[in-house]
Order: sequence, then structure tokens, then C-alpha cells
Amino acid sequence: MRNIIHIFWKEFRSFFSSPVAYIFIISFLLVTTWLFFRTFFLMNQSSLRAFFSFLPWVFLFLAPAITMRSWAEEKKLGTIEMLMTLPVRDYEIVLGKFLSGFVFLVVALCLTFPLPVTVIALGYPDPGPIWGGYLGSFLLGGAYLSVGLFASSLTENQIVAFILAIVICFVLLIVGENFVLLNMPNTLVSVFSYLGLGAHFESIGRGVIDSRDIVYYLSVIGFFLYLNQLSIESRKWK
Amino acid sequence: MIEVESISKSYGATRAVQDVSFRVERGEVLGFLGPNGAGKSTTMRILTCYLPPDSGTASIAGFDIYTHSIEVRRKIGYLPENNPLYLDMGVLEYLRFVARMRSMSSASQKTKIDQVIDICGLESIVAKDVGELSKGFRQRLGLAQALIHDPEVLVLDEPTIGLDPHQIIEIRNLIKSIGREKTVILSSHILPEVSATCDRVLIINKGRIVGSGTPQELASLSHGGRTILVSVRGPREDISTEFSKMDRFTEVKHLEENGGINRFELRTDAQEDVSEDVFWMVSRSGWSLTELYRKSINLEDVFLDLTTREVS
Repeated sequence: MRNIIHIFWKEFRSFFSSPVAYIFIISFLLVTTWLFFRTFFLMNQSSLRAFFSFLPWVFLFLAPAITMRSWAEEKKLGTIEMLMTLPVRDYEIVLGKFLSGFVFLVVALCLTFPLPVTVIALGYPDPGPIWGGYLGSFLLGGAYLSVGLFASSLTENQIVAFILAIVICFVLLIVGENFVLLNMPNTLVSVFSYLGLGAHFESIGRGVIDSRDIVYYLSVIGFFLYLNQLSIESRKWK
Repeated sequence: MIEVESISKSYGATRAVQDVSFRVERGEVLGFLGPNGAGKSTTMRILTCYLPPDSGTASIAGFDIYTHSIEVRRKIGYLPENNPLYLDMGVLEYLRFVARMRSMSSASQKTKIDQVIDICGLESIVAKDVGELSKGFRQRLGLAQALIHDPEVLVLDEPTIGLDPHQIIEIRNLIKSIGREKTVILSSHILPEVSATCDRVLIINKGRIVGSGTPQELASLSHGGRTILVSVRGPREDISTEFSKMDRFTEVKHLEENGGINRFELRTDAQEDVSEDVFWMVSRSGWSLTELYRKSINLEDVFLDLTTREVS
């Protein structure tokens, strides 16, 4: 447990040791705020629905950018050999790295607080979708990050890790969309609509917190973290 | 302290380590010597639990590397090949991270960090980032990181590579002083390094151990006997036949002729010294001797001899 915390801090600090973290947060806030206010006054509705509807697409690029370094750089520098020969279990490193990315994402997301504040100041929004939207964003972000971490563990090239993560996340996101489901055989429709990242996000975003959606996200995160552990262990496979 | 029993490891079709066995006693400094790609690093990676062997077992302080890998890793301080470091960390931050991962209490962390900074001579650079350091300081930081938890076993993969001669001497002395209390395994492809620091040497080539012993024992291992270099002023053919007539040399080779002086290389299997006989023969024949030199066998010859011999 303590090892997880040490790894977490090491990773979390490394975000801020270069300007990347600041550029990341500032561009994230600029893009989301602009996209939101572009339509907010036109729609004349005091809700954050517009914000939460494009968030999965913004995250699609930002989450892989957070995780692309995490294993690829260790492999490139060779520090993975130092790290893995310390008395620490593989899963502790994986969890530490995941948590650091997750906390970073949560911090970035919390900095969007001026948006709900504005909406509340200008009208009487339904609080359920706002809380639900944020919860859904944390979970969706976590799922993206676990995919990104896995992608990063497959290569020592950060760009490859970045693109690979986007592709996997994109597939997971659209697999539950209607136009994909229309072309599916009927038997698979329910499976695919359950597997899609987007549908669960919308369901939580309506403000109805269903345990099935939460279980779904936690399993996606768990699954990819497990794959991540397998892939770093693979150097041990005969 | 360290027991290795017939470990083998292949990467795809390449057999990096084949059937390697050895023991290291407590307080011993063992050197792995071999050309690049001989399997030194792979053996070290297996001992430090980074890679498991395909077959064979190894244990450190009684703990098996596969079933008790965490305990093994606690006992070992490891300087990997090429000394990988987190370049974006500060020097102190890096040492603190390693100390924490070694689950040291915060009180002992502080004293230990101060201690390794002192031992490795890092005082002048503690405030810097790792990425700013020169090669020599990086190497010392790598060593400091390996020493921080006072490990019983130190595994150092090419600890002096890329250092200047002055730094090499410093690091060697450091290893020697550490080696008085700890068990050390170090690898090198440089001979003087191993003979200067190690109690015992394993010569590895193409994944196999081809020789082992103290540097002195290994020197006597070399076959081919002794070699004598002689320069004589006189006619080449006559000198050559006289040497052959002495019937003591397995090989008489003419090397060069320079201003009437002929230089020969003589090889002998005889254990006793034949240089006096050479002197008397030359003087009896009325020629003059300008050089008489007995080549001593050093580790270098053994190394070349053992590693260039075909491994079947």
C-alpha cells in the first residue's frame, strides 16, 4: 500500500516537472470553456448538457496524452529495470501510475468549476445532471486512462502509445452508438450497447446513478489495468 | 551467499546464458569478465529478479529468486547496465524515492542519504537535477542508489564504463572498500579493472563460463607456455638454425631484421627458465645479444585465449 503511494507521488510530480502539465490544464480549460459558451447563450438553457456531451471527445485526446509517457518513457530510459528490481509488486506500480493520472484528471476537471457556477448564477439548473455528469466524467476519464496506460506499456515510443490509446478508446466509445448498432446482427446489439463507453456516460449524466453503470466503468478500468500488469510481466514469460 | 545452479536463458533463438553455475561467499568480490554480449548482463538480470531463467535456479541469502523475489530484491543493491536514472528528478528527490521504495523509516532515510552522499562524493551536486549531471556524477548517483539500504549483496553492471581514468580509480577504491563487508558481483569487459578489484573472476563467453579462479590462478591457466623475445646481431639463417639445434623451443619465429639485428620470438613448454641458455648459446657463437625479454603471462592473454577458443 505504501509503495503505491510512493509510486503515485513520483508519477504525480513528474507531471509537474515539465511545463506539459500546465499546458495541458490550460488548453483543456480553454477548449472546454470555449466550446461550452459557444452554444450556451444561443440555447438559452441553464444546464451543462452541452458541456458533458462533448467531454468524451475532448477526453479522447487528453487522457492518452496524460498516460502516454508513463511506461513508454520508463522503457526508453531503461529505468523500468531499476523500478522493477526494487522490492515492489508489479500491481503496486500499475496502481500507483493509474492513480497519479486519475488524480491529475480529477484536478483538471475540478478546475472547470466556473462553468457550473455560471450556470447556477444565471438560472435554476437541475443539480442531478450536474453531479451525475461530473461523476460520469471521472469514471469515463478513468476508463480512458486505464486504456492509455495499457497502450503505453506495449511500446517504448510515446507517440505510438498515444495513437494506440486513442484508437482503442475511440472504438470503445462508438461501439455503443446507434449507427454502429444498426448494422449489427440483432443478437449482438445488446452486448455492444452494453460495452460502449458512451451510453453509460449518458445514463449517469442524466442524474440517475445506476449501480450497473458504475460496475461497468470499474470493470473496464480493472480489465485494462490487469492487461497492463500482464504486459509488463510479459518480459518474464518464457 | 549467492548460489546459482545451471541457469539458462534464451532470447528467441539467441542463447544468452547456457548452463551457468557458481557460488559467491559472503564478503567476496566476484568479477564477471567477458566480451560484449557474452551474457554478463543477462546473468545479473536473472539474479536481480528482472528476468527469470528458462531453467535452473538461483538463491540469494537462502531466498529463491523466483518464489521469494521480494525478499531477494530487498537484499540486493543493483546498478543496471547503462545506469538508467530518472532525468527529470532532483538528485535528492531521486535518492529519497529509492529510500522510500526500500521502505526505510524517515529518520533512517535522512541519515542514510547523508551517508551515501558522503561515500559517493555527491555533496557538490545535491541541489541539481539528475539530467544536468555529468557522466561521472551519474555513475556515482547510480552507485549511491544501490547502496542506500545497506544491502548485503551489490550487483554492479559495468560500474566504471564511460568514466575517465581518475574517476575509474575512485570508483574502484570505493568498490574495494565496500567489498570488505559486502558481497559484490561486478561485470566488466576491461581486464585491469577486474584484476584490480576482484577476489575471484569468472570468464564468460557466449553464455558459458570458460574459466574461473583468482586472477593469479587464471594467469597460470593459460596454455602455450612461455615466450621469449631475443634480438641478436648476426646472420639470420645461422641464428635460426642454432636456436632450432638447442632443441628447447616448440617454435622459432623470425620477427624482423633491423640494421643487422635479427629479432626472434621463441616459444617453449619448459617450466624452467631458458633465458640463460639462450645467452650462452649466442655468446659462444660469437654474436652479440641486444635484447632478451621474457614475456610474462597476464590475465589479458588468458582472457584472449579463453574467449577466442571456439566453444563447441
